[in-house]
Amino acid sequence: MVENRPYVTFMAHAVLIFGVIIVALPIWVTFVAATHDELRMTQIPLPLLPGGHFFENLNEVLFEGVGSRGSPVGMMLLNSLIMALLIAVGKISISLLSAFAIVYFRFPFRMGFFWLIFITLMLPVEVRILPTFAVVADLGLLDSYMGLSLPLIASATATFLFRQVFLGVPDELLEAARIDGAGPMRFFWDILLPITRTNIAALFVILFIYGWNQYLWPLLITTDQSMYTVVMAIKQLLEAAEETPQWHLIMMTTLLAMAPPIAVVVGMQKLFVKGLTETEK
Amino acid sequence: MAEIHLNKVCKSYGDVDVLFGIDWTIFDGEFVVIVGPSGCGKSTLLRTIAGLEKITQGEISIGNRVVNDLEPAERDIAMVFQNYALYPHMSVYDNMAYGLKIRGLEKDEIERRVNHAADTLEIRDYLDRSPRQLSGGQRQRVAMGRAIVREPSVFLFDEPLSNLDAKLRVQMRLEIKNLQQRLGITSVYVTHDQVEAMTLGHRLMVLNGGYVEQLGTPIELYEKPATEFVAGFIGSPSMNLLKAKISGDGTKAEFSDHNSLYLASALPSQANRQVTIGLRPEHLMVNKTSQANMSIKVNAVEHLGADTLAHGEFEGCDEIVTLRLHGIVMINQGDILPLEIDPDKVHIFDTETGKRLE
Ligand SMILES: Nc1ncnc2c1ncn2[C@@H]1O[C@H](COP(=O)(O)OP(=O)(O)O)[C@@H](O)[C@H]1O
Ligand SMILES: [Mg+2]
Repeated sequence: MVENRPYVTFMAHAVLIFGVIIVALPIWVTFVAATHDELRMTQIPLPLLPGGHFFENLNEVLFEGVGSRGSPVGMMLLNSLIMALLIAVGKISISLLSAFAIVYFRFPFRMGFFWLIFITLMLPVEVRILPTFAVVADLGLLDSYMGLSLPLIASATATFLFRQVFLGVPDELLEAARIDGAGPMRFFWDILLPITRTNIAALFVILFIYGWNQYLWPLLITTDQSMYTVVMAIKQLLEAAEETPQWHLIMMTTLLAMAPPIAVVVGMQKLFVKGLTETEK
Repeated sequence: MAEIHLNKVCKSYGDVDVLFGIDWTIFDGEFVVIVGPSGCGKSTLLRTIAGLEKITQGEISIGNRVVNDLEPAERDIAMVFQNYALYPHMSVYDNMAYGLKIRGLEKDEIERRVNHAADTLEIRDYLDRSPRQLSGGQRQRVAMGRAIVREPSVFLFDEPLSNLDAKLRVQMRLEIKNLQQRLGITSVYVTHDQVEAMTLGHRLMVLNGGYVEQLGTPIELYEKPATEFVAGFIGSPSMNLLKAKISGDGTKAEFSDHNSLYLASALPSQANRQVTIGLRPEHLMVNKTSQANMSIKVNAVEHLGADTLAHGEFEGCDEIVTLRLHGIVMINQGDILPLEIDPDKVHIFDTETGKRLE
């Protein structure tokens, strides 16, 4: 529908601008708070324009941490990054391989396995958290990157998605590859992976953010401060005992926690959109 | 260089039988075409030769080697697919070189072969492009290039031209024919288009519902179709197939009270039986002078320039007859045209079995 009346144009813009303000205002407040010093943040009214302490705060948060017992946020960011990458890469690798097996090989109980994987969709971490915790604890994986990422790696969603993508790849490509003498794994590497690369990228973006934003699981299995992730740490900054919350530092931490997902989305935007919308292989 | 032997080749998918005991020997250097309506099992037969499908019974050998249990790559064949099946993420060069790389050929040798094939097919300028930057005809050439560089002993084509527009199809048809002649490689070509089949093949196999209707050269199929099916399938516009009764003395075929024709030789064995008479539109002639025994009432005329097609009905029965007259002929709807045909060009088929009667 293409309307060309000034009134309609005005309304459309008004609605859009209103929406942007609703989304952007809290982020703006966070940013402004992160640029002032401690004293200014305890005064009323709260500032709406940026101050001059951004890099000072950044430095303090990254390398010293928040509060007297806080660990450096830089380390937490690193932990988060490692966890998110392990989850995203792990999920993608496992799902790619299982989807490849289900689509391209005929073996007994093939559909059985598919449905087995599929019904785990109904069992996200939150539902199976106690038994999963017990298993991870028994394996001695508490306070480790493996413990942080492994239980989140198994993924029915990604397997299902890749299955659909592979089903959309024309059979003739496989046949041409067979005539060219490519074995199954060669076909996987040389042909299937490259032509599904946009789908992989799109999924990577989604899974990275999923991993980065994990809250409950890291909270449960990390007791060592050096293994804390940034998302779970924010909450604890507020609870620092017997201290007034240091808003300027907390807000700086929040900003830092938001930055990597945004960077990933912005950096991979083109592939992301292509991977979700492209239908022809 | 290789002969292909098909020995009682059967193929079923579960309970569904697709091919029923196909026997054929394709000679070294021959260009044969498998032709038939869609769904008759042409592709399946070709794919069993390629090794993409395992046969359920019988034996296939290529160059005196039974290949039943060999992988496609071990059969020394190359195949061109209908939708080209180019690897979309590789350049034209890499598409052609991929199979050679897997076979472990030297880089120099790969380059030599790809460049040579590219010259032959005039795609030298596109070697760095990706398939999506090419037109349909160019993609088709690349697909053929990928087949040529393998230097196989057999080429297999599965409807390679059906995604191209009509003009390009005619041009590519000629090119494929010339290429095959030059290289002299045994080729099996599948198509549902009888014109393509007639122009390309040294010999044709007409397939229908998984059975072979007839094997033969294009001229044999045209002049002596073995079954009613082949008669209707080969030739365009297709043959008029008309119900008729053989007269008591076996010398005449009677379509209705006023329409009949004399047979070249009497068929006393079929006297008073129902048969199917086949008359090619181009063999029917309008003859206003002599005493014609048949006439039609025209109800549609098509002017094609080089030819004029007239469609009409026999008086007294509602069978439609098409005739094709050379050049532009002025005929009007409603005209009565007396018709005549050379008795040698009349085809007679058993209505029940569809087999040719002589
Ligand atoms: N993988 C398959 N599974 C079951 N039936 C199949 C399969 N492939 C082809 N068929 C059936 O075999 C018949 C012949 O198919 P095909 O050889 O592709 O015909 P065409 O002559 O059009 O190339 C069709 O009826 C088709 O439904
Ligand atoms: Mg086919």
